Amino acid sequence: MTQMSKTTVAWYLLAPMMIIIVGVAGYPLIKTVYFSFTAAHLVSPDTSDQWVGLTNFLKALGNAKFRSSIGNTVYFVVFSVSAEILLGVLVALLLNQEFHGRTLLRALVILPLALPTVVNAMMWRLIYGPDFGALNALLTQVGLLAEYRSWLGDPSSALTMVALADIWKNFPLVALITLAALQTISRDHLEAALLDGANAWQRFWHVVFPAIVAPVSVALVLRTIEAFKVFDIIYVMTRGGPASSTKTVSFHVYQEAFAYMRVGSGASYALIVVLISAALIAVYLKLLQRQGETA
Amino acid sequence: MTRRSPSQTIMIYSLALLLGAVLLAPVLWLFIMSVSSTRDLTALPLTWIPETISLENYAKLLGGGGSTVAESFLTALRNSLIVALSATAISLAVAVPAAYSFSRLPGRRRKSLLFVAIATFMMPPVAIVLPLYAMMGELGLLNTHLSLILVYCGILVPFTTWLLKSNFDGIPMDLDEAPIIDGANRLQVIWHVTLPIAKPALGAAALMAVLMAWDEFFYALLFTNDIRAKTLPVAIADFAAGRVADYGLISAAGILATIPPVALAYFLQKSLVSGLMSGSVKG
Repeated sequence: MTQMSKTTVAWYLLAPMMIIIVGVAGYPLIKTVYFSFTAAHLVSPDTSDQWVGLTNFLKALGNAKFRSSIGNTVYFVVFSVSAEILLGVLVALLLNQEFHGRTLLRALVILPLALPTVVNAMMWRLIYGPDFGALNALLTQVGLLAEYRSWLGDPSSALTMVALADIWKNFPLVALITLAALQTISRDHLEAALLDGANAWQRFWHVVFPAIVAPVSVALVLRTIEAFKVFDIIYVMTRGGPASSTKTVSFHVYQEAFAYMRVGSGASYALIVVLISAALIAVYLKLLQRQGETA
Repeated sequence: MTRRSPSQTIMIYSLALLLGAVLLAPVLWLFIMSVSSTRDLTALPLTWIPETISLENYAKLLGGGGSTVAESFLTALRNSLIVALSATAISLAVAVPAAYSFSRLPGRRRKSLLFVAIATFMMPPVAIVLPLYAMMGELGLLNTHLSLILVYCGILVPFTTWLLKSNFDGIPMDLDEAPIIDGANRLQVIWHVTLPIAKPALGAAALMAVLMAWDEFFYALLFTNDIRAKTLPVAIADFAAGRVADYGLISAAGILATIPPVALAYFLQKSLVSGLMSGSVKG
């Protein structure tokens, strides 16, 4: 019996995966590109042949609502991701200390991660409730707030409140990744620094920081990619309102295609979103590659 | 080494308490709401500890008795289970040989393909959802479990392939050589040599896959609109959007939807952490 060459075997083993990737992602992506040049409409299929050239893109780029949804998304990403990184690193530093109850607390950190995203959104929506919400009750009872506020009903606070709910759910991921990196630092290394008379800040800067910077930057990019896609939490908490103040790019595409049924134009918005995501994903892959080389 | 001053010790314990409270309080409150009566929850000022504790909301959701609430909740639960478990099983069956190929039979073009796979599951769903919706419509698959299983495989296959690949990399290659010389094919090697060693990694990958599928909302929202295939996240979003704001009932549904993933996560805590690690930090 003739042996198949290694390369042939390798591709056979990959074939099922490639079929799924092409069928569920590759082909649809190409179709999205096609749609974006047409006047496709959700419920009248014949419209997908109406070629309109770059009209959709020109309209998309000139659309003030879309531009403001990009602004909302950027605000959401920058605020939530930077808070998640900051909190995550601080919590990891805490959990790396020795104290009673540490194991319990490390287990508790997993809770927000395991909580389904939609349940998280619903939970915070109830907590932020304008009439009977726990946040209003807590803040007025301790005297920090004079009267009940509609946290999600006020365009100036809604997006921030949604971001806070996202931060609560996702800072634990950063904490776990950072904690794993901290645990690789040897005691000898820290003690040597201590003997050299390094103060806390110097120890952090020269010993701890170099050990965590690579995994934390990977977490940063990973969270940025995820946060940029944000949809679920917005849908459940605010549906993009009030006054479009929480409308993000994913939500904009969803509305355009499924509420207004303009598939062609929705596809052009989607492609703009994809291009921005692709840039972020490229940075992520670059970081992974570099880690793969040094590891 | 860590001789701490009393003030440092106090600070560490206060921060630990604060962290514990921040992590636990929202979920604890969700639980309290779920066992409270509407009267207690709408009392002003809010009393925090309900006067009466009742499991009525849970009974409403689980009790059946032909109520529409119970029917929609229980079928959504069943749909979620079917979709998450099927998608996970198929994904692992596809991902194991692929991960083995990436790990053991490397090549330049295959390396680029791995990066394509990683990019696939990170891509925003809006990039592909419109054609997928049209395709599912043409195939008559809207409102079926199969539509969600297929789409979830598109996310889970690349993800679990990547997780498993980075784990297989840690298994010595020499182990494959002897059976190959004895005439075993690669599938036999995977089954008899690699998988027994990689069991923990397989567990971690399965766990991550189930959690991701259980959590998915966007496709489920768009591809299902009645109880035939509607999953739990969509059912909960429906409850929460209902005109009658029954906080207790919504909370109970949330708690019930949270129990399976949280139980899984704690049961397989080590797998979860290692899954998260290799899934986000290693190439």
